[in-house]
Amino acid sequence: MTKTLQSLTHLSRLTVVPPIWLFTLACALFFTVTTDNFAEIGNLTNILQQTSTIGLIALGMTVVMINGNIDLSVGAVVALAASLAVGLQSDIGTLPAVAVGLGSGIALGFLNGMIVWKTGVDAFIVTLGAMIGVRGLVFVYTQEQSFFAMDFAYSDFGMSQTLGLPTLAWVFLGFTVVMHWVMTSTVHGRNAYAVGGNREAALNAGIRVGRHMVVNFMIVGFFAALAGITLSTQMGASTPNLGREYELWTITAVVLGGTKLTGGAGSILGTLGGVLAIGILRNGMNLMQVPAFYVLVILGAILIAVLFIDRQVNRAGSEEVEA
Amino acid sequence: MTAHPAAIHSAAELDDLRRRAPLLKLDGITKTFPGVVALDDVSLEVRAGEVHALLGENGAGKSTLMKILAGNHQANRGQIHLEGEVVHFDNPMQAKEAGIVLIHQELSLVPEMSVAENIFLGALPRGMFGTVKWRVLHAVAAEILKTLGCKFSPRDKVGRLSIANRQMVEIARALVFTPKVVVFDEPTASLTDAEKVVLFEIIRGLTKKGVGVVYISHRMDEIFTLSDRLTVLRDGKVRGTLETSETSEDGVTQLMIGRSLEGRTKRAAGAFGPVALEVKGLTCGSLYHDVSFQVRKGEVVGMYGLVGAGRTEVAETLFGLRTPDAGEIRIDGEVVAIDAPPAAIARGLALVPESRKEQGLVLGMSCRDNMSMAKLSGVTGRFGFLKPRAEQAIYDEYAKTLDLRAPGPAALAVNLSGGNQQKVVIGKWLATDPEILILDEPTRGIDVGSKSEIHDLIRRLAASGLAVLVISSEMPEIMGVSDRVLALYHGRIAGDFDAETLTEDRLVQAISGL
Repeated sequence: MTKTLQSLTHLSRLTVVPPIWLFTLACALFFTVTTDNFAEIGNLTNILQQTSTIGLIALGMTVVMINGNIDLSVGAVVALAASLAVGLQSDIGTLPAVAVGLGSGIALGFLNGMIVWKTGVDAFIVTLGAMIGVRGLVFVYTQEQSFFAMDFAYSDFGMSQTLGLPTLAWVFLGFTVVMHWVMTSTVHGRNAYAVGGNREAALNAGIRVGRHMVVNFMIVGFFAALAGITLSTQMGASTPNLGREYELWTITAVVLGGTKLTGGAGSILGTLGGVLAIGILRNGMNLMQVPAFYVLVILGAILIAVLFIDRQVNRAGSEEVEA
Repeated sequence: MTAHPAAIHSAAELDDLRRRAPLLKLDGITKTFPGVVALDDVSLEVRAGEVHALLGENGAGKSTLMKILAGNHQANRGQIHLEGEVVHFDNPMQAKEAGIVLIHQELSLVPEMSVAENIFLGALPRGMFGTVKWRVLHAVAAEILKTLGCKFSPRDKVGRLSIANRQMVEIARALVFTPKVVVFDEPTASLTDAEKVVLFEIIRGLTKKGVGVVYISHRMDEIFTLSDRLTVLRDGKVRGTLETSETSEDGVTQLMIGRSLEGRTKRAAGAFGPVALEVKGLTCGSLYHDVSFQVRKGEVVGMYGLVGAGRTEVAETLFGLRTPDAGEIRIDGEVVAIDAPPAAIARGLALVPESRKEQGLVLGMSCRDNMSMAKLSGVTGRFGFLKPRAEQAIYDEYAKTLDLRAPGPAALAVNLSGGNQQKVVIGKWLATDPEILILDEPTRGIDVGSKSEIHDLIRRLAASGLAVLVISSEMPEIMGVSDRVLALYHGRIAGDFDAETLTEDRLVQAISGL
């Protein structure tokens, strides 16, 4: 009896659907009805592939934001990792070049985290500086040149299919599952909520807040680098301007997914919903031939509207429960 | 890690434990904060198995002492001995690992997380790959909650619990560790009587296991039912450590207050002017009900009650920060509708708020700018430009009246001592030429010298014809400064006393609902 009850609540913990999914599904339904091609398998897998770049970064960003921080340098890290992974291929081989690209993201995440921890400067400022500085490094390294992948296997990977889905979609979905597990089931994940929810209490409870934050910056650095590399496999090339404004799209997706800017609340499932919502809106409006500039206007308005509704709904539901 | 109770001792063994060397000894602890000596050579002993009550007015140093014990602050001088050995705590975790647990007065929980997660915060049971062992977590948390008699589930979100239940979660947290010393800092402030009974059971249970309990409270009845010994702090110094059974409430009060309350010049009731402020049947949801009182010109009315009794809420309503459900407010005999602070200011009301730093001051602004803030209409010229000379005039006038000791008008408010900060806030409101001045906890966190200056100031202002309403949780302050005292209990006026004939006992009874 108690056992079934326990497994039931355990299940319910996994299946709490973040409210953004209602919106995401409504959008999908809307475009299914209003356009001819939206619901085609080819288009849907296309959306998954297109969203995988922002999606991967958003996984890491969710962790950092739940933790009460933010990372604005992800767009620049996308360009750095892509340039290294493509540019070094002919010198050291494809796999080592990819490893260097990923390593650069993790290392920059470590640096961001250490600076935030040791100086106490706000993460917004530290990573804003990193965003500008790392972009500069990319230009230094590439001499403003685009690189083309000499290894065809590299660019083939970006276009390949596995079990009927684009491989990159699998990569994104796979990491989504992993990060969901990390945030719901591991001590590290739970501590991220604690630190973001009440930093003072977390310190008092003996959580090593500084180290914990550094690890999370390394996670987002890894995902930004991975996103840069997968993006360059799709293009078979890297450009020094790759990933511009990605930090903004990522934060938009994460916030749409219900993660609080102040930290302490949010979920990977919500972020997945937010990422898909943006992907579906862009794709659907494209199919409806809405001019690109209007798409931006609509997306901006939707972001504000969704968060406003969320706020109203949450306020209504947050009355005290007397046990 | 998990709660495994230490051996329960027989009565004889307990007696023996208590007679032995003290479990915990604080020796000559001194702590200074910028501008204030918070603790001056404080020594305190706690024996195993005893409840040691710690008393003192607000600001006497109790909380600071306990924060030093729990590793939140470090002493400037003095030593802590635990079981005969000198210990030193740089952070709360070290203290906790040594067996000293402080149950915080300000709740330090994560509202977005579940009860069980909060209980185990920082010590979540770990499985393979760093996963959380949810079953163990929930089972142990449920067990602890059961021993505490809590009816909520370990899975409930803390943010949705009542304040009292959150307090129980804080207590549950202490029981996860096997503590040697547990400090309760005003644990009953938000508890109902039934919950109090449970808490006292828990505390007695702890002492039977040989734990030393430090119990901080204002409430005499609790201290006399619960404690074995008590120590009184006043102005950062120990004024005495006594066996509870060998003393009386009067004796303790004497030690706490330390000075006689006589010597204040009281005036006959006839000397007051006409009624300036009258409140009739004011009601606001569950915060307060049917509150009625009058304040005459030249009169200081004190409002006394426990935290949460509705005092601040009444003041906020008068100032237009809350909308009442029923009742009327009259100023100079005229019914007024005050829906926002500007309307209140226009009617001659001024409110010196409860928390100086959050509500009273813009800390990063200069004293002069802070003081002219409520009176900007008076210092702007044509086209809305500020007139620096008029601003300076305000500063000059009130810095003098209030004897403000600031490095200059351009000094930032954040750099002043608490007493001088409060003077800036008072000056800001005096600049609006109010007829009715409301002061909410005017001397909270202020050193003794500035306290009496502010008390004198309040008397002077009243003598100059202002109607003054003072809200305070400090009995000596209320009794020392007021002509009349209103006692609030659970949002109702439980007594309206003439200060001349008022005794502390009657006041305590009124605010406790007796």
